[in-house]
Amino acid sequence: MTETGIINISLAILFLPLLGFIVTLLLGKKIKSIYLFEVFILTVTLFAAIFVAFIKLSYYVDDRIIAEIQWFKLSETISIKLGFLIDNMTVIMLFVVALISALVHYFSIAYMKDDPRYNRYFAYLGIFTFSMNGIVLTNNILMMYIFWELVGLSSYLLIGFWFEKKSASDAGKKAFIVNRVGDIGMFAGILILFLTYNTFSFESIFHSIAAGKLPFNSDFWLTMTGILLFMGAIGKSAQFPLHVWLPDAMEGPTPVSALIHAATMVAAGVYLTIRIFGLLTADAMMFIAIIGMLSAFIPATIALTQNDIKKVLAYSTVSQLGYMVMALGIGAYKFTFFHLVAHAFFKACLFLGSGSVIYAMHHEQDIRNMGGLRKKLPLTYATFLIATLAISGIPLTSGFHSKDGILASSFAFGSLTGNWIFAIVGFLVALMTAFYMFRLVIITFHGQPRDQHKYEHAKESPFVMVMPLIVLAGLSIFIFYTPNPLNADEGWFISKWLPAPVLSAPNNTRFDFMQETAGAVTHNPSHGTITYSESYTEAMHGAHNPAMILALVLALSGMLLAYIFYQWKKINVDKLTQAIKPLYTFSLNKWYFDELYDKTFVAGTIGFSKLIGWFDAKIVDGIINGAGNLTRLLSVFTGAFDRIVIDGIVNFAAYLSGFIGLIFRRIQTGKVQTYLILVIFSIIILLFLFND
Amino acid sequence: MFNNAQEFFNTLPLIIMGGGIVISLLIEIYSDKNKVILPWFTALLFLAVGLHSLFYTNDVSIVMQNMLATGGNVNIFYAIFTLGAAVVTLISIDYIKKYDMYFGEYYLILQTSVLGMMLMAAAKDLFVIFLGLELMSISFYILAGMNRKRAKANEASLKYFLLGSFATGFIVYGIALIYGSAHTTSIDFITTNFAGLTSNLLFVAGVLLFLIGFSFKIAAFPFHMWVPDVYEGSSTTVAALFSTGGKSAAFSAIIASLFALFNGPSGNVFTPYFAVISVLSMFYGSIVAIAQVNIKRMLAYSSISHAGYLIIGLAAGNHDAIAGVMFYLGAYTFMNLGAFGIVSLVEGKNETNLDINSYAGLASKKPFLAALLSILMFSLAGVPPFAGFFGKYYIFIAAIESKLTWLAILGVISSAISAYFYIRIVVLMYFKPATNDFQIETSNSAMLGIITSVIIVILLGIFPGSFLDLITRFI
Amino acid sequence: MIENYIPILIVLTIGAIFAIVTVSTSVIFGPQRPNSEKLSTYESGMKPVGTTHERISIKYYLVAMLFIIFDLEVIFVYPWAVEFKRLLGEIGISVFYSMLIFLVVLELGYLYVFKKGGFKWD
Repeated sequence: MTETGIINISLAILFLPLLGFIVTLLLGKKIKSIYLFEVFILTVTLFAAIFVAFIKLSYYVDDRIIAEIQWFKLSETISIKLGFLIDNMTVIMLFVVALISALVHYFSIAYMKDDPRYNRYFAYLGIFTFSMNGIVLTNNILMMYIFWELVGLSSYLLIGFWFEKKSASDAGKKAFIVNRVGDIGMFAGILILFLTYNTFSFESIFHSIAAGKLPFNSDFWLTMTGILLFMGAIGKSAQFPLHVWLPDAMEGPTPVSALIHAATMVAAGVYLTIRIFGLLTADAMMFIAIIGMLSAFIPATIALTQNDIKKVLAYSTVSQLGYMVMALGIGAYKFTFFHLVAHAFFKACLFLGSGSVIYAMHHEQDIRNMGGLRKKLPLTYATFLIATLAISGIPLTSGFHSKDGILASSFAFGSLTGNWIFAIVGFLVALMTAFYMFRLVIITFHGQPRDQHKYEHAKESPFVMVMPLIVLAGLSIFIFYTPNPLNADEGWFISKWLPAPVLSAPNNTRFDFMQETAGAVTHNPSHGTITYSESYTEAMHGAHNPAMILALVLALSGMLLAYIFYQWKKINVDKLTQAIKPLYTFSLNKWYFDELYDKTFVAGTIGFSKLIGWFDAKIVDGIINGAGNLTRLLSVFTGAFDRIVIDGIVNFAAYLSGFIGLIFRRIQTGKVQTYLILVIFSIIILLFLFND
Repeated sequence: MFNNAQEFFNTLPLIIMGGGIVISLLIEIYSDKNKVILPWFTALLFLAVGLHSLFYTNDVSIVMQNMLATGGNVNIFYAIFTLGAAVVTLISIDYIKKYDMYFGEYYLILQTSVLGMMLMAAAKDLFVIFLGLELMSISFYILAGMNRKRAKANEASLKYFLLGSFATGFIVYGIALIYGSAHTTSIDFITTNFAGLTSNLLFVAGVLLFLIGFSFKIAAFPFHMWVPDVYEGSSTTVAALFSTGGKSAAFSAIIASLFALFNGPSGNVFTPYFAVISVLSMFYGSIVAIAQVNIKRMLAYSSISHAGYLIIGLAAGNHDAIAGVMFYLGAYTFMNLGAFGIVSLVEGKNETNLDINSYAGLASKKPFLAALLSILMFSLAGVPPFAGFFGKYYIFIAAIESKLTWLAILGVISSAISAYFYIRIVVLMYFKPATNDFQIETSNSAMLGIITSVIIVILLGIFPGSFLDLITRFI
Repeated sequence: MIENYIPILIVLTIGAIFAIVTVSTSVIFGPQRPNSEKLSTYESGMKPVGTTHERISIKYYLVAMLFIIFDLEVIFVYPWAVEFKRLLGEIGISVFYSMLIFLVVLELGYLYVFKKGGFKWD
């Protein structure tokens, strides 16, 4: 297997789902079982992805494979290229996307049964997988943007898949529009990059930045470019303040929520930020970290009180994504990606598990009507519990390692820069996460059934639905990432597969600990922890054990709290909520974000258009009417003046070109003689013009 | 005749085309099933020649006693002519049966006209240009009047004949004057000694007449009068050929004869002439098209304005501009053919639906056809990501390179104006209620031709680089 | 080069003068005694029948045109025949084949006209 082989297989991985989409969409109405083709295609894609990941990680682990072809040339120096960048992150992401996508396909076979648009659903899954693979594989920001919009489109189609429901089609629109807000910033960032560097390729842009070429020759604009590009991630990864679309997106089918709105597409924003990490300045990183911090904290508080099983998971997703973004902002590059992958698996597992519960409960989503499902759905319960342990950061799970890494980094960041806020919020969120996740598990699966009727009819889901859960729960175990259950740094995932980031932002714009003068900056991929500098290594070393212990204590106490509240009922929850009523309702109503946006942006837009409408109706029309009255007065003297002026002014622009056309049409008499005379005249005029 | 294999293979398209005409003639007179065989034979012949020209590209070789240049960019012209003609053949098959005007000669003459175009592109001698031009033009006159029962078609044919002969007269007279002053008709000799010859007033007059004659053929203002009348009068499929093949061939002849002069030591001496007629054509075509209600006339005026954009490329005259012109010709050929093809389907049995307003609501009755026409209209208007955008883009960029920024700006303004009448069709199709019931007879061959054109338009729009690379390799 | 055309001009002039002189001589010196027989249309001694603008069958024109087409080929063949030996030495045998191809194509045209019934009067 050569590098060419890897590129070719990656091409196949990219385009196979597209083939599935086209075939399934075109033949969907004619052949009932065409969805099997799509499922088959995804299985093939999965095997190809596993194969590529295996080859890449075993034989080409230190290589960055880049393949480019010219798309078209704009001028001698500027040409637009299409290309792949295949490094370890790429193949791992390809595997994650292909695996979860394939599992969701299997899951959907049973879950979506009896849907009237069954085949179309699978076709949409196909185009989503295609676009997501495109984002993962690209080596340039233009293709990234194209596929970015394509995933946005497929997400829109799938959220609004049950478009008969008004809330579903509204949610689709909301997701689409909110995402556009972020994409405007991203587009502006791309334009700045292209204007400055005449290329879209990450590699060449980093190269130019490292060589000292900056947008508009200023550090400020480099920071701005980073922030603008990150705006795309704010939209796609549902970061504060654009996080409002993701909970609504739960209107889509649950497997879709698992695939798109938990594991892969929302992680695309984080993936983008990882890709552009090299050009981020300290200011941009600070901005990113603050956004991430807010997105981790606010949704976590909201998740504490939600009663819809999918809403809890949705807010938890936003919170976890915020975690990743914050981690990236404080320089925990490798752990961000680690958490991205780990989160993809356990969150997909949680969502599919909730899908299994919803399926068993006949589309009941309110956890207050569940309870005691442990006995009816043993496999779902077991896998759900493993994923919950993982997301809470209990040892022996993947989540423990990834979260621990992020918390240690925030600890180290605090000790190096004095900004302890990220560490504090990080630990706080860890506590809340453990609490609300166990609250969810306990209310749903433990205790006594609250809706006896539905409980009686509940039964374990069929094999095609349970199998994905088992696979995903299995992948939440630490052993896939590191052999040491307490320290991920020694594991292959962190130390061998993930390279240290290549920084290209100018030295004086970086954080102190990331500067080249602050000690050796190693790019040695075989080195364990991220080693920006010796001081950072030292800080990380010091942070590791305290952070781990503190995180563990907080996770366990969150868990314990949940048990005290909901399992053993030592404290009356209702009384407690009464005691802190304002806080409770604030959280229950999601901090009133939707209302706030309704009142400000939506109402503002409507108000603005009303203002314009009023302006049109009163001022513009008033002027015209006034002019009309005036001319009517004048028309006593000038008869037809009225019609000509009013209509003339209003219709002038519209009629001008048509009028000229009519005049010219006069020459077109249809008589050959006229034509010949005109030709002779024209020749004479031309000769007169060019008689030099 | 040929010194080596490459020369032979470069010339092969011409030989196959000539041989194909002979075989078609024999099929027409000897086969009982000629009505079935001949159309498909014609389409396959065009396809074979086109694919050979597109994929077997070599450097130019001069053959036949310095009369012909074959290979290189000439082959790309061949590909444009023949693949375009293949589409014309496909949309003709059911169309001429619909109008009850089946003649085997229709396909024969289609082939001879394409051979004429190919000779024009390959010319290395003014005589060959003239020969090709006449072969093409006379075929066109006949094609225009092919529907003998329609008075309009006869009128169009006669008008085309009279004005076309008039134009040819200019060209012949120009060639005669050039020959009289240069004592040769070899294009190479004339171009290399051009500076010396310009002191002779007769020579200058000859060149000017030559240019004016070709301005007729490319339908540039002020020599455009025949265009709307002829396009409207003759059959839609034939008008499609006139507007694409005929125009491309005239451009190819201008490039074949004058390209060496565009980058002469004294700069492009033709720039003023081309600049003036390009501006006039663009604006005249775009503005008058707005006032049209007949879709064929609208497309005719649109073809005048497209000629204007193409002439910008000639005015710029650098290598990129010529590459741009060739790209544009390729793009224009297919988008216009697709549009005419759809018009030929929609117009119904007796040209009942030629009015623009009869397209209202097409999208609700024939959504697929409406989608195809929308793509073609957007492409004609120059909206990315379709082929028409990149055609214009390359030409305007080349104009800016040649310090003709004002011309490029006028071009952009004109395309903005022209967007109005293209988009109007789309608006009519999608946002207006249907007023007629569209008695569209299904024609698989025509749909094949139209879909092929649309696919080419999209592909050229998404991957313009590969085709442009092919062109620039030889310019 | 323009002087090369002087002989042609002289021939034209002499021809014109000759025509004018002969015609005008007969007009001036000839006796003019018109009668109705003399003024009637000359029809090779036959009695004139019908109008002057008599319609002629379209087929006549068709045949006439075909005659011209196939007659005109001699314009190509004659100079070729005259220069054949020189060209054979200069260019080679392809000179011969070129004309052969030309004639074959021409005969195919003849065949086409024949099969399509171009020579049939009825």
